[in-house]
Amino acid sequence: MRPEDVETVRSLVHARSGVVIDPGKTYQIETRLAPVARRAGFASLPDLVQAIRVQRDEKLMWAATEALTSNETCFFRDRVPFAQFREEMLPELVAGRGERPIRIWSAACATGQEPYSLAMIIDDERAKLHGARIELFGSDISERSLEKAQSGLYTQFEVQRGLPIRLLVRHFEKADEMWALSPRVRQMVRWRRINLLADLRGLGQFDVIFCRNVISGFDEPTRRRVLDQLARALPDDGRLVLGFDETVSGVTDALTPVAGRRGVYAPTPARIAA
Amino acid sequence: MKTCLVVDDSRVIRKVARRILEELGFEIAEASDGMEAIAWCRTAMPEAILLDWNMPVMDGITFLRELRKEPDGHEPVVVFCTVENDMEHIVAALEAGADEYIMKPFDGDILEAKLTEAGLVT
Repeated sequence: MRPEDVETVRSLVHARSGVVIDPGKTYQIETRLAPVARRAGFASLPDLVQAIRVQRDEKLMWAATEALTSNETCFFRDRVPFAQFREEMLPELVAGRGERPIRIWSAACATGQEPYSLAMIIDDERAKLHGARIELFGSDISERSLEKAQSGLYTQFEVQRGLPIRLLVRHFEKADEMWALSPRVRQMVRWRRINLLADLRGLGQFDVIFCRNVISGFDEPTRRRVLDQLARALPDDGRLVLGFDETVSGVTDALTPVAGRRGVYAPTPARIAA
Repeated sequence: MKTCLVVDDSRVIRKVARRILEELGFEIAEASDGMEAIAWCRTAMPEAILLDWNMPVMDGITFLRELRKEPDGHEPVVVFCTVENDMEHIVAALEAGADEYIMKPFDGDILEAKLTEAGLVT
């Protein structure tokens, strides 16, 4: 790809999703855009970029953005946040919520492994939930990722990454060469296409938001904007779970780290007082 | 150092597994069938066993059932690593006492994840 084509693509993705693509990653851009070009009937990547530049075709621009922002994910990624959810967050929420439904949001969840990991935990812990109503939401910017997530179908490679074998046996069935998640767990998650750059106020509040390994792809102003929006979507005792390598430090004062819980943040009390 | 016994009739698979497991800090022992593996375990019980299913002389599931009858045979963490990728085989493996199950082909990340799940890698 010519440098000007790379720049066109980088500008497009940043404007649409807030994600900053390293200009040195030309190979990655080419690899990810090649299927988009093929599906849209373009003979080459420069032809695709030219069409984006000249025609400003919305569908094409979103397809390119989605292809370049899709995140790698796996079931129970990094293990620890899910153990904390099972052992600490969920029991506390059940004890403190009364009749109100518990609302959990897996934001920018790509192909759904994160919300389904949470759903499997909730299903396994059902006996301890004392009938608590739990609403679990999964969202992503990518329509294609959400379609795959909703299908609940995963490859052998995908189910082997992070999913303990006993959970595979309990929650999946073999479907030809794929593994199909049980309808019971699939139906626990509600899906919605959400761009984190959009105004999120209409979504209501969530007791726990998982937004792991997402903000690290944004530039700092976008990171601040997204984190401030997520903070506003949390009640006073809500929790935001970020990736291990992600921090709010130096970005926003709206969130405060929870002591001893790497990657877990609470709304800052000052914000509440204000 | 923890020992992992790699039981597979394929020399290539044993070599690949050895390379990955050594990087994860294991000392490696090898056996090419279940009978050899039982002999190994009676001499020195390993902490972990990576176990193929289809092998000559004694297959993996028979070995596992025999192993779990041995005096210290409940101790090793056993991870099946096999081309058998249907639910019946997986359930049979768990009922026989397997701790984890890998469907071939596999890579280092999957093996590490399964051994982490089994508590052998931190």
